[in-house]
Amino acid sequence: MIEGMTALYIFMLSAFTGYEVISRVPVILHTPLMSGSNFVHGIVLVGAMVAMGHANTPLELVIGFIGVMLAAGNAVGGYVVTERMLEMFKSSKGGN
Amino acid sequence: MDSIIEISYFVAAVLFILGLKRMSSPVTARGGILWAGVGMLVATLITFLWPDMHNYVLMTTAIFIGGVAAWWSGKRVAMTDMPQMIALYNGMGGGAAGAIAAVELLRGELHSTTFLTLAILGALIGSISFSGSLIAFAKLQGWLRKPLRFPGQTWFNLAIFLVAIGVGGWLVANGEFSGQLIALFFIMALAFGVLLALPIGGADMPVIISLFNALTGLAVGFEGFVLNNAAMIIAGTVVGAAGTLLTQLMAKAMNRSISNVLFSHFGATSTTEETVEGSMKPIDAADAGIMMAYAERVIIIPGYGMAVAQAQHKVKELMDLLLKRGVDVKFAIHPVAGRMPGHMNVLLAEADVPYDRLYDLEAINAELARADVALVIGANDVVNPMARSNPDSPIYGMPILNADQAKNVIVIKRGQGKGFSGVENALFFGDNTRMLYGDGKEMAGELISAIKQL
Repeated sequence: MIEGMTALYIFMLSAFTGYEVISRVPVILHTPLMSGSNFVHGIVLVGAMVAMGHANTPLELVIGFIGVMLAAGNAVGGYVVTERMLEMFKSSKGGN
Repeated sequence: MDSIIEISYFVAAVLFILGLKRMSSPVTARGGILWAGVGMLVATLITFLWPDMHNYVLMTTAIFIGGVAAWWSGKRVAMTDMPQMIALYNGMGGGAAGAIAAVELLRGELHSTTFLTLAILGALIGSISFSGSLIAFAKLQGWLRKPLRFPGQTWFNLAIFLVAIGVGGWLVANGEFSGQLIALFFIMALAFGVLLALPIGGADMPVIISLFNALTGLAVGFEGFVLNNAAMIIAGTVVGAAGTLLTQLMAKAMNRSISNVLFSHFGATSTTEETVEGSMKPIDAADAGIMMAYAERVIIIPGYGMAVAQAQHKVKELMDLLLKRGVDVKFAIHPVAGRMPGHMNVLLAEADVPYDRLYDLEAINAELARADVALVIGANDVVNPMARSNPDSPIYGMPILNADQAKNVIVIKRGQGKGFSGVENALFFGDNTRMLYGDGKEMAGELISAIKQL
């Protein structure tokens, strides 16, 4: 599915995308953005689910369980905290 | 079924990138997290359809436990404690990446050297981020107060790191391995994370949290390759790159390199005690209030002290009062004021201070010279003119807010102690500086009542 050079291309393009997205950000958004990117790597939940779903021995299952639990915490916690922070960004002119 | 999963992951990846993009402008930021959230929801739900999986009940239970605990803590935490929560959630992500690698290694179905290498690398980085972030959390939470330093620390850390790399390399080279070796590998990686974070002092915490954030992203990306999961590869790598850039921006704001933050521990080498001419001159709230009420331009410089005292609401009240009297009030925000870049912005936003009254370093420094009053509340190192004048000072070269150039400076401070860097602050001894001793919130309150009585 994703192999060799294709994987490398995805990696490179994603890296540039990440760099571009951040490079023109005003300082006031650094913390919310760090928090937002913290939420985005919560996608590790998907991988943790797949790993746990294929676990066979009890040990694998326990580690998988911990992994899914941690990943869910990353995703949900990251979302809640970012959302709360961004909720507070209002302009004095109202509207936007 | 496979193609539905693939398409969903693709949609999720697009939503993540668009979400992050929207989060980089104040106007669209609030929608951005929603977009990313939808992407996460889609990806998570569709993963239940992944072929040949079992343990669904336990899996749902794990998601429920982790999710509810994080939801509950995230909703409850005070705005001032946000940095450590980000560290905590980030650490959890790193731990999850490590767990994925552990399961895959134990299953022993990774046969190609490339996959093994990526799994091991992801595990190494994820584990370091996990244990390091937990230490960062404990430090910011105040559970670990003193930075731990001992002679030869850097070499000791390097040795641990090399052992982890060595064991990891052995695992890759041999392909066939025991649980004990895998355990040893993880213990070494986790230990290195702890050792890396332990000596870091308070003022450097934002940089290290951001670095761990980038590392978790990278670890997630690597494990994405192992699991053949495009959403993980893209999201993880995007965060890895964005986080690295953010870390660099932060380190630059303190005029230091990342390796400098990590390996030459702040203040550890400087032993020369500078002496400062002059004395600290106290003022009471009534006089300070008059000074501000009859000023034309007031610039407020908040720092970590404002966060600790939870003074942001009182400060906002003070701003409203001054604005009503026709005083022009602006806020000067140093990039590393507080414990994270933008920490002050978030706190002031919480108190409903409109973000267009907040100015960053470059925008406000020229105006400081024209300000009648610069009110420094709980900031210290970021307004220390020694960063400009004294090449021997450990903070020399750090860009600062030139508060000392304002006509009058009022400093709200709890006592005569030094800042986080342990450096004497020449600003406090200036001829135009008056010290208003007390808790930030209390003193802001007294300023308000003083101005109201005029």
